[in-house]
Amino acid sequence: MNAPAYNFAYLDEQTKRMIRRAILKAIAIPGYQVPFASREMPMPYGWGTGGVQVTAAILGPQDVLKVIDQGSDDTTNAISIRKFFAKTAGVATTTATEDATVIQTRHRIPETSLHANQVLVYQVPIPEPLRFLEPRETETRRMHALAEYGLMHVKLYEDIARFGHIATAYAYPVKVNARYVMDPSPTPKFDNPKMDNSPALQLFGAGREKRIYAIPPYTKVVSLDFEDHPFEPYRFNAPCALCAAEDSYLDEIVTDDKGGRMFVCSDTDYCEGRQAAGHHGSLSAAPYKEKAGSHG
Amino acid sequence: MADALENDQPLLVATSLSKSYGRIAACRDVSFSLHPGEVLAIVGESGSGKSTLLQLLSGQLAASGGHVSYRMRDGVTRDLATLGEAERRFLFRTDWGFVHQDPAQGLRMAVSAGANVGERLMAVGWNHYGRIRETASDWLGRVEIDTARIDDAPRSYSGGMRQRLQIARNLVTEPRLVFMDEPTGGLDVSVQARLLDLLRSLVAELNLAVVIVTHDLAVARLLSHRVMVMKGGRVIETGLTDQVLDDPREPYTQLLVSSILPA
Repeated sequence: MNAPAYNFAYLDEQTKRMIRRAILKAIAIPGYQVPFASREMPMPYGWGTGGVQVTAAILGPQDVLKVIDQGSDDTTNAISIRKFFAKTAGVATTTATEDATVIQTRHRIPETSLHANQVLVYQVPIPEPLRFLEPRETETRRMHALAEYGLMHVKLYEDIARFGHIATAYAYPVKVNARYVMDPSPTPKFDNPKMDNSPALQLFGAGREKRIYAIPPYTKVVSLDFEDHPFEPYRFNAPCALCAAEDSYLDEIVTDDKGGRMFVCSDTDYCEGRQAAGHHGSLSAAPYKEKAGSHG
Repeated sequence: MADALENDQPLLVATSLSKSYGRIAACRDVSFSLHPGEVLAIVGESGSGKSTLLQLLSGQLAASGGHVSYRMRDGVTRDLATLGEAERRFLFRTDWGFVHQDPAQGLRMAVSAGANVGERLMAVGWNHYGRIRETASDWLGRVEIDTARIDDAPRSYSGGMRQRLQIARNLVTEPRLVFMDEPTGGLDVSVQARLLDLLRSLVAELNLAVVIVTHDLAVARLLSHRVMVMKGGRVIETGLTDQVLDDPREPYTQLLVSSILPA
């Protein structure tokens, strides 16, 4: 069902070529932010204009697309982007991580391990990890060029001085291929280890900031830390209330105004897969009716 | 003995330095050498080229003529103009210090004092929070800042404290050369006196070479060994501090010395 007024996958071929060149350069220099001529997309900034452009540039007719928003396949952002490509490119879509060839994501990496021949496209709001420490773009670029990353540790130092531990919970800075410090987009730091040595290609698109960067497959990605305050992924200490998973990243859902809450997998596909395989959590029967708080 | 030999060679040598902005010559034909542990004051009125000279010496401005050479930690003397940007910036945050008149320029006002002092250490690869904090705390003590305030941002500090924090931040990597641009400007007299006292003891203790720009002759007298008097971009008189200040030769220097208000 191609909309005839549009080129395949919405963007015209020249634009795709331009974006692909930026992507190739980004892959050649892992973690380096490549400027590109970001286009206006039929969605507001902050809704994944960067990710959508990257996806549009790499999508082929044979691809199977999955879109997640905070791990979920069924939120507004995920559904509308999935529909957008179903309409403009006519590609097959899926919610199953292992079946997808291109996965566009906002703020999560799927729990199911990615494999080679998969591309993970991140939507990035602010690509510059040094932004809130050094407001000048000219200066941050110079710092990247000269690998002057002391400032990044100043932020972690501040965290420890104020909170007693590294309190940065998302957008946790990483060093890619022992060279560039990179913002992994606002994924929880729980997901940071998944970026390391991943068999899948990881692409990052920031539409408003007009930057593309990449982690090629099997690239070393190290989360920054101190010797005496090592990096630790964070996870709520509870099993998923629906599928009893002990190893997945959990969303906390407030269920009433009396302090009731439940923890469920943020990755809906992973959670559904486990439930279908017979795993059941404490609230899996009827989560919205049960009185919460009985678990964990 | 080795130390004496070390001190025998100049640390910084300026040779016929000039800088012009279009037709305006801000700095003309300035030459001098600075030895380790030596404090040189550059005095003169506003617009005499003092600050331009300081920026030329510290490699922040490219000279229109002449050159500056510096003896690096490995003993090799190099022309600053031939240093790559990475080397120059590295020098700037390890072997050099720069104390600005306005502490807000030299500090990160939004991050804690401890992180301000620790930044240079982290920039050269220190990766142990406990040791960074310990060193920062030690330096706060040395510049007479209450170590209980290590986690406060310099925003909450008084002017004098900010200036002392800036000094600690610069000295933490044990530089051999510190540039100071009016470090006591804008501070009241008692705070100035305390800061000068602190600077004097640190300079002696660490065998620091200092180039200090000031229009306050009292500061020059207290801190420096030698004085250079600038006027209209030229050095018009140079000599030992007491000699220049007590027995000025040039009419302009005489005027400068006689314009000090008696307390």
